[in-house]
Amino acid sequence: MQYSNTRATLAIAKASFRSIIRSPSAVVFSLAFPLIFILVFANIGGGGMSIDVGVAKGCDTLNPVYQALKKNPIVHFIKDQTTDEMNKNLAKGSIDAIIDLKPFVPITPLNVNVQYSKASESKGAILKSALNNIFYRMQSTQLEKIQSYSGIKLSNVVNLKETTVTGREYKYIDFILPGQLGFSLLSSGVFGTAFVFISLRLTMVIKRFFATPVKKYSIVLGEALARIVFSLLGALFIIMVGHFAFGFTLIHGFITVLNMLVLAAIGLIIFMGFGFTISGIAKNESTVPPLSNIITLPQFLLSGTFFSVTAFPTWLQYVSNALPLTHLNNAMRKVAFEGAGLGDVTHQLFILLIWGIAVYAVAVKTFKWE
Amino acid sequence: MANQPIITVKNLVKNYGDFQAVKGISFEVYEGEIFGLLGPNGAGKTTTLEVIETLREKTSGEIIVDGFNIETDADNIKQRIGVQLQAAGYYPNLNLSELIVLFSGLYGINKTPMEMLEKVALTDKAKAKYKDLSGGQKQRFSIATTLINNPRIIFLDEPTTGLDPQARRNLWDLIREIRDAGTTVVITTHYMDEAEVLCDRVAFVDGGHIIGIDTPDHFIDQLVATGFEREKQTKGANLEDVFINLTGKEWREN
Repeated sequence: MQYSNTRATLAIAKASFRSIIRSPSAVVFSLAFPLIFILVFANIGGGGMSIDVGVAKGCDTLNPVYQALKKNPIVHFIKDQTTDEMNKNLAKGSIDAIIDLKPFVPITPLNVNVQYSKASESKGAILKSALNNIFYRMQSTQLEKIQSYSGIKLSNVVNLKETTVTGREYKYIDFILPGQLGFSLLSSGVFGTAFVFISLRLTMVIKRFFATPVKKYSIVLGEALARIVFSLLGALFIIMVGHFAFGFTLIHGFITVLNMLVLAAIGLIIFMGFGFTISGIAKNESTVPPLSNIITLPQFLLSGTFFSVTAFPTWLQYVSNALPLTHLNNAMRKVAFEGAGLGDVTHQLFILLIWGIAVYAVAVKTFKWE
Repeated sequence: MANQPIITVKNLVKNYGDFQAVKGISFEVYEGEIFGLLGPNGAGKTTTLEVIETLREKTSGEIIVDGFNIETDADNIKQRIGVQLQAAGYYPNLNLSELIVLFSGLYGINKTPMEMLEKVALTDKAKAKYKDLSGGQKQRFSIATTLINNPRIIFLDEPTTGLDPQARRNLWDLIREIRDAGTTVVITTHYMDEAEVLCDRVAFVDGGHIIGIDTPDHFIDQLVATGFEREKQTKGANLEDVFINLTGKEWREN
């Protein structure tokens, strides 16, 4: 009977796939972690901004300023703390401001006392502008009244025209899910590949394989195949949970999912190159996690997994834009939310290709069979 | 017995950097025998085996295995030998049946797991993981994986190290069965009593040289003929016989 390399490759792929799905760490890292992050961030999403305003004792809650603030969705009143607690929390910044309003007496000016905190300057500033907006509207009403008596017409300083274009709502899940997907692929590609190959090498499983007619490329290909199938099934699961449970946007439905899976496979193949390199450099299993973390942690933080790269200072953005995960994440978001096809993300794919060539050039040099 | 050589090793040399592990050894293994490579640790036994098994490059010399040259026909040789490595593990998280399926795929042979496990009396462990087996069971399973491709020769590197007397005797029986079924067996061991009862011929290896090849009987007769006498006269039985007699012959699975 003719010896079949394909059959040997598939035998390894099947064994490896069975082994992966039975390994708790693979399942936890590839599925549980991304889903937990998605669950957490999808729920604190929705703008995510909340300003905690302490309401001082004796504050008049019938006051028009109070009523206007109450309508503002980002303002969250805190009434159940003592004055002492409130002052302490303000100093710590866990309360962003304390407001004290005196009862409204017609004709007299309204007494408004607001305490801000150095510990929470940016949120204080938002409250300040919200308050100013309220004051402006109150003053405008006053002005109109005065004008209606006097008959002197004042021209408007600003002629404000506000319009909102209709568009798809960009939900936080649309941002967080591609990032989590990318990170799941990164950890599976780097940790998973590195661990499998170093343990197969150290336990001499590979050496035993070499005593059979199997070719080296069959071993690598079989392992890669198993990991790609596992990761793509995981990606599909994450996308489905995101779509049906959290309303993740898939513009062209099935086609979008397909495009995302192709991107996932490309990303994974590149990340596996890091895994091969680490398995060659690492002396034993315990040196795999630190080496893998060197690869994965910076990308976890800097590649737009949790927050947009544009939030970083410019110099850091240069670093972010050099990392492969950044481009995988960007491509994923374009495909999923903007409905781009693979032809529209060629810039990202090109940078990923450069990374792929570089990583595998290093992997070929460092990889060890025994 | 027509002694047809199935393995021929001529002037095998293997260097690791400056260190010469094997210093020009020559021997033949005959078809259908159990051939023992004996010698202290570091003598070059494992290196010699691994070169014959095509797992290591030789430095110089010539080796023919079942008519094929290791230099030019490594693939053909791999298809007709079975190899059990010292201390090798198996693919993690798979049970014995799945491992047999894997190896069948690697050899490109259709064998059912039960058929192979039956040969080594492990059918009741088909769903067990390799790491959960006893020492003797592990070795028997390793031997099962060497038999998948109906090999002409199997190589066993210290298969009985660390086994209790029952498991050891059980493994001897298995190895004899394999030989009787027509497969040539090459084995290394540190136990001379084992080589004496199991091997048809043995070669002593020391410091990278072969210092003698013969049947165990001849070696012993030669030594006795020189006037050698044991300090303590052997009795009709030894302590291992006592152990087996007291604890019973049947093999302890766990």
